[in-house]
This record gives sequence, C-alpha cells and structure tokens, in this order.
Amino acid sequence: MLSLVTFLPLVGAFVIFFGIRNDGMARMVAFLVSLVTFVISLRLLTGFDITTHQFQFTEELRWLPDAGISYRMGVDGISLPFVLLTTFLTPICLLASWESIKTRVREYMMAFLALESFVVGVFCALDFLLFYILWEAMLIPMFLIIGVWGGPNRVYAALKFFLYTLAGSVLMLIAILYLGIKAHTFSIPALMALPLSFDVQVWLFLAFMASFAVKVPMWPVHTWLPDAHVEAPTAGSVILAGILLKMGAYGFLRFSLPILPDASRYFTPLIFGLSLVAIVYTALVALMQKDLKKLVAYSSVSHMGFVTIGLFTFNQQGVEGGILQMINHGVVAGALFLLVGVVYDRMHTREIARYGGIANVMPVYSVIFMLFALASAGLPGTNSFVGEILILLGAFLANKAVAVIAATGLVLGAAYVLWMFKRVVFGPVVHEDVKAMPDLSMREVALFLPLIVLVFWIGFYPGPFLALLHASVDNLLMQANTVKAGAVALAQF
Amino acid sequence: MPVQMPDINLVAMLPEIVLSLLGLVLMLMSAQGDENRGGRISMLAMIGLVVAALITVGGKDATGFGSHFINDAFARSMKLLMYLSTGLVLFMSADYMKKHRIDGGEYQVLTLMALLGGMLMASAGDFLMLYLGLELMSLSIYVLAAIQRDELRSNEAGLKYFVLGSMASGFLLYGISLIYGLTGTTAYSGVAAALDPAHGGHMGTALILGVVMVMAGMSFKIAAAPFHMWAPDVYEGAPTSVTAFMAVLPKVAAFAGIFRVLLIAFPSLHSQWIPLVQLLAVFSMGVGAFAAIAQTNIKRMLAYSSIGHVGYILLGLAANSAAGLQSVVTYLAIYIFTSVGAFAIILLLNAGGIGDETEDYKGLAHKRPLLAFLMALFMFSMAGIPPLAGFIAKLYIFLAALQAGMLGIAIVGVLFSAVGAFYYLRIVKFMYFDAAKETETFGMAVGVPMRAILTVTGVIILVWGVFPESLLKWTATSVKAFAM
Repeated sequence: MLSLVTFLPLVGAFVIFFGIRNDGMARMVAFLVSLVTFVISLRLLTGFDITTHQFQFTEELRWLPDAGISYRMGVDGISLPFVLLTTFLTPICLLASWESIKTRVREYMMAFLALESFVVGVFCALDFLLFYILWEAMLIPMFLIIGVWGGPNRVYAALKFFLYTLAGSVLMLIAILYLGIKAHTFSIPALMALPLSFDVQVWLFLAFMASFAVKVPMWPVHTWLPDAHVEAPTAGSVILAGILLKMGAYGFLRFSLPILPDASRYFTPLIFGLSLVAIVYTALVALMQKDLKKLVAYSSVSHMGFVTIGLFTFNQQGVEGGILQMINHGVVAGALFLLVGVVYDRMHTREIARYGGIANVMPVYSVIFMLFALASAGLPGTNSFVGEILILLGAFLANKAVAVIAATGLVLGAAYVLWMFKRVVFGPVVHEDVKAMPDLSMREVALFLPLIVLVFWIGFYPGPFLALLHASVDNLLMQANTVKAGAVALAQF
Repeated sequence: MPVQMPDINLVAMLPEIVLSLLGLVLMLMSAQGDENRGGRISMLAMIGLVVAALITVGGKDATGFGSHFINDAFARSMKLLMYLSTGLVLFMSADYMKKHRIDGGEYQVLTLMALLGGMLMASAGDFLMLYLGLELMSLSIYVLAAIQRDELRSNEAGLKYFVLGSMASGFLLYGISLIYGLTGTTAYSGVAAALDPAHGGHMGTALILGVVMVMAGMSFKIAAAPFHMWAPDVYEGAPTSVTAFMAVLPKVAAFAGIFRVLLIAFPSLHSQWIPLVQLLAVFSMGVGAFAAIAQTNIKRMLAYSSIGHVGYILLGLAANSAAGLQSVVTYLAIYIFTSVGAFAIILLLNAGGIGDETEDYKGLAHKRPLLAFLMALFMFSMAGIPPLAGFIAKLYIFLAALQAGMLGIAIVGVLFSAVGAFYYLRIVKFMYFDAAKETETFGMAVGVPMRAILTVTGVIILVWGVFPESLLKWTATSVKAFAM
C-alpha cells in the first residue's frame, strides 16, 4: 500500500519515458497518475488507526542485509499528514503547469512525478539510510525543474539549491552511518531506542541540523530559498514551499527529537534564537521586497520560524501546532505562489509596482487572493490562526520571552501581506496591460477550490486533523523528554 | 646440492598464456593484410577476452613458479574486471580507431599486452612479478598514448607519460631493492615472514623508506595525489579511446597490486602504511574536488575526477578491514561502468565533430535527449547522488572508513564529495540548461556497439544503484582470499 503510493508516480514517469511521445498525452497521463495516487493515499487515511502511535501499513523487505539496511516503510500520525499533503498538492501543481510549461513537457512531467515519488518516500521511510537515499534523490528532479523550466537566473538558483542542500546532507550521512554502525541497523524505531551519551548526541545533532536547517530553511542558511523560489516555475515554487521545506522540519521531528532528546533540549535556546531571528528579520526583509515571489519566499522563511519554535517547545500544543502550521503553510504558501503564477502567466513580470488595481479587472482572482492573504496573516477562522495560536500557547508554556517576540511576527506578517495585497489588487489601474488581463479560467478556479476548502476546514474545525496527531505526538514527547544520556553524562555540563 | 625444480604450474596461468599467444598471433596479423584487418583483429581480440574470461571463471585456487604467481578468488575477480574494461573499451572504440586511422592492429595488440601486464600484477606473489607486470602494462600504454603518430599532442602525452612513468618505476625498483636488501627475499610471503614481529620484526627506517618508495611508484600508476601531475595532460593529449582505457585498466591492476603488497607482504607494518594511505586519500580527494572545478576540457575534468575517485578507493583501503576491501572492489566495479559510459559519450560526440570542451556540450539535451540523459546519469553517479550506483560505491567506502574509526577523514571525504558535485553538475547544466549553438545539430549516428555499451552501462548504473546486493555478494567473495 505505502509502496504503491510511493512508487506509482515513478511508474508513471517510466510510462511517459518509454511509451508517450505526445506532450498533451504526457500532461494527461501525469495528471491522472498523480490523481490516482492521491485517491489511493486517501485509503491510508481511512485505514489509519488514530489510537496508536505505532507505525502502520509497515512493509519490510531485505535489501542490504550485510550493512543492516532494509527497505522499511511505515507511517504514523506525524508522517501521514505530510504524505497526504504531497499527494494532494502534486495534482494541483501539475494542473497549474498545464499551460505555463510549453517546452519539453514530457521531461517536465517525468521530473515532477519522480519528485513526488521521492518525497512521499522520504516521509514513509522507516530506514534511516533509505530516508537519506530518497532525500538526496529528490535533488535531481528538483534541480532539473528549476534549471530547465525556471526564470532568467535559473542556472545560478538551481546550482545554489543543489549545492547548499548537498553540503548540508553529506554531514548527515556521516551521522547516519555512525548511528547505523553503532546500532547494527538503520531501522528508525530501533535507533530511537538506542542509548547515546550526551557528547555523541551533541555532535550528531549538529550534523543533522546542518542538513535539516538548510532544508527548513533556518536563518542564516536560508539564502538559497529566495533564489530558488524566484527562479523556479510556479509549480516548482509550490512544491518547494508546500512540501520540500517541510522535509527539514519533519527531519527534526522524526530524528532529532526522539533519537537525540538530550541534545535537542540542550540546543533549544539556539533553535529558538535562530527561529526568532528568522521570524522578525525575514518578515522585515519581506516588507521591503519589490518582487512578488521573493516576498512570498521570505514570508515562508518567517513562517517556518514559527514551526521550528513550535517543535522545540516540547509540549503538546507547540508540537501539534508546529505540525499543523506546516500543513497550513503548505496550503497557503502554495496557494500564494499559484496566485503569483496566475498573474505572471498573463503579464510575465513579478514586480509588484507593475500591478495595481487588479480588483477592477479580475474580481474572482482578487477575492481568492484576499482570502489567502488573510489566511497567511493568520486571521481567525482561517487555518493559520489555529496553527499559530497553538504554537504561541506552547511557546508561552516553554518560554514567555520567546512567545512575546514571536508574536510580533504575526503583526509584521499581517503588515507585509496586506501591504502587498493593497499594492497589487487595490487602487486605480495604472498600467494598460493590467487592463487586458482576463479573470481566472475554470481550470484556475479548480486549482484553488480544494485549497480554499482546507483553509476553512482547518480554520473552523481542526479537530480531526489534530486527532490524527495526538497519539504519535504524545509518544514523541515521551521520547523527547526522556534523559537518554543518563545522569552521569548530564552532570558533566 | 640437488637442484630444486620450480613448481611450474601452467594451468594456473592459462588465461595469461592464451592472451599472450593471441597477442603474438595478432601482432603477426597486423603486419600484413588489407585495409580491413583492424576489424578482424578486434574481433579476434574480443573472442580471446571472452575465452580468457571463461577460463578465469572456471579457475581454481593455485600457485605457481614458487609463489611468484597466485591464482585466487581475488585475482580472478580483478582479472574479470580487467577483461571487462578492456573489452568495453575495445568494443566502443572501433569507429574512433577507424576515423583516426589507428586501427591497423598495433592498437589492439598493445591493448592486450597492457591487459596481460595488469593480470600479472593482480596475480603477483613476488615483487619481481609485480614489477614485470607493471612494466609490461605501462610500456604498452605509453605507446598507446602516442599512437596517433601525426598528432603532436598525442606524442607529447606519450612522451610525458613515459618520462614520468620511468621515474616512478625507478622509485618502485629502488623500494623493492631496499626491501630485498633488508629481508633477503622478494617474495611477498617471505618478506612478511621476515618482518613478523615474532622473528625479529621491524627493521627500521630503511624498511619504511622501502615501503614508501614502493607506494610512491604504485601511486603514480593510480594517479593518486601528489603523484597525479601527469594525469590531466596525458588524459587530454592521448586519443580519447586510449584515455578511456587508461582511466580504467591501470587503476584496477595497480590497486590489485597494492592490495597484495600491503596485505600480504606488509601486514605487520599496517600502523606505518595506514597513515600513508590516508594521506594519499585525503590529497587525492582534495585535488579531485578542487582542481576539477577550473577545468574546461572534459577529458581533463575526468582526469581530475578520477584522481578524486582514487582518493575514495584509497580511503576504503586505509580501513584495512574485510569491509574496506570489499568497498574498494565494489567501487572499482562501479567506477569502470560509469567511466566507460562517460567516455563512450565523449567518443560518440567526438565522432560527430563535437570537441572536448565542456562548453561544446551546451544544449545537448535539446537535440539528443537520450544521450544527455545518459551522460547526466553518469555524472550524477560519479557525484555520488542516490539512487545511482556511484552512491552505493561511496556509501560502502564511508561505512568501512567509519567502522575503522576514521571519522575525521570520512567527514573530510564527504565534504570534498559535495565540492566535487559542482563540476559534475556543471556538465549537466551545459547539457540541460543552456541553449545549443545555432549551427550545432549533434547529428551523429549511434552505431550498434555504442548503443549496446550505453544501454549496458546506463542500466547497470541504475540497477546497481537500487539493487546492489548481487554486486556486493560478488565483491565480498572476491576479497575472502585475504582472510581478515
């Protein structure tokens, strides 16, 4: 079942590679495959038992027994939402690239499907090495998506994206191998139970952090993100903001907290500090952006700062809020990038000053834009509000000063989003070409509908989503709050 | 005093005998005949390789000539890798040889002779045998590098390789003579016995000097930094098919030789040679990572990249464990396929009039998507990105290194590999992200041999990346001979 969800897109990519020569067909096949994948992944949801923290739908196959590496897959309440988010966003991305991708459509569709496979695999992997392989493998299609179909400065952005992530990851590889050799297995559940001394945990934490922090991205290693976002095609930005960024935070959740609990607690001030800088500083940077996509990109860094604070509060509100906020951010930032893509397809510029007065010519678009702008600002009733309030609650319990500073991020967030909205949508129509823009087509409206539903569903009734998390988060917190290293090692500090 | 007859064991070296006889016959054939004799000779050489491979596969453990010659699982595995490298390179260079008018037969004969030398190195149980094998291989390759007689750069490459290679051979011989002087024997097992701590053991600085000299000579052959200076020039100047050959065969042969020297002759000196190997590994990884960035010629770039690969292989050797040896053989096997695949594409483009500058690859993906895809596979594999075979190769090297406690060097190694990824990516960038020159059509035809080679190498890179178990089993059995 999990393998089916994971590898169906890859099979689809092979089908296109071998069987399909026609662009239109390739589009159709890719979209259908991703849609079928989504439907199958929903079966995971219906078959999921929310009362247990155990990994479910587990699969295990012999792979490299000498080294203790197996093909192990499984999901729990923490990973399942991300699997679903991925399978949910991919068809939307493919639909969004229906008209904007005109060259080398087959290759694009293949790259996208391969990307989906690897990302779903990352969230399902229960073997640390398998995780690493998929985590790295994902770089290849994303590198090509940015580099081949991206904007004018795409080559620089693609290389920067690849090398930043790779440089972070290789250190994690050493940490993974170290753990695997110590435990004689790379099974993640087994590693969670592995006793480790404090010193070792500290080094491993730093190695993991080198990889995860780049991916989140945390300040100051976020600089690849604005470039990658700006240059990537719309769907690439959506997948980047919606899913790839979540992989870093997921890494902290899945590995750092349970495997290295003592070091995680030890480094909490560092994570809080970096996150606060990210929240406040990148929000200020976002305020100053002249480029629509760059603004949304910086806002992503700022929002992810909230997420990392939530994860490191070590209480239920904070962690669940953090996870929920990741899903929310995936939906909202994804939608914002799609919205930028819509006007970009029409005007071929992302400069905020080139727009203005869109409300007069594109009423439907403006309403949807407003909705997501408000959701991004965290208006009560939208999904982000729930996530942010939970994170702040958690942060108050953990550290009041952090919560207070983080809360200013909400204000700044409202400021840059609303100001951007005002400049783009309201006011008189100054530029002639704006006047000529047609409103959303049916296809484009269809893109946003499911996202809008999610915004309000999570906004008004987050219960089912949180229920999915409870058991696994409780278990995670139990693991994260144990003193693995033992009193002796702690006493040294 | 009774004269002791040496235990001549011809069966043990049957593959060598077959190939040397074939080489002699082919040499006669190349001296006369019509324009098309090259094709016939290539065909016969290839058949000879298959026969030798079959004999090798069926071979049994044996020694001959007073332990000068060892036929064990390790030697057989290394020989199979050598047949493979030679066969693939001969097979893919047919068109290239014809175009450059070097297919008269000497080329094929020299290739076989180089192979023979390499085989002797893999089976050597004595320093003299090692030296003879090394010289046979090297001399053949010196000539191969210069085989384009009317091409200045080819001559330069041959001469440069010859002069520097002779130097290295001198080092090797000097080291061997020191070791002989101190231990009274040139047989590996005899040296090991003389150095056994139980019988007097260590023999001071002169012995260490001998080991260092031997290692220096061998390092030259694998182009490990700081003995790598010749590689970029020679790789660039030699005919591309010869470059492909140089990139694979001597590496396998020399590593086989180094294995035996270090593990059979000097096991008691491991605390001396491990740091040496580590040093070579770090230098090579570093040179491979940083120097390749500045290269604009793809052959030069691959020369530096191969220096980097040698660094990783040495890292596995420095682990001095069964896992380390296995990782080395695994790396070599994967390296052969990636390297041959990449050179096949270079040869192919070369036949289409495209030069060796990396810029010449601009826009390849637009005109020939499949070729570009394969080249991208080879590049990503060399960079060690999963799920390709190159990752498995590096994974096992690092696993072995960490098991041996070489944490610091492993970290340096992965960081260098991240740096190195840049220049592989740059090739992908040229192929995929840049537009081709207006006039460039990349319209060359892909012949059947090329199709076969590219399919095989491409598929293997993918399959071994995902299902490496069969390869790992094979490499594990092939290093069992060194019971560690």
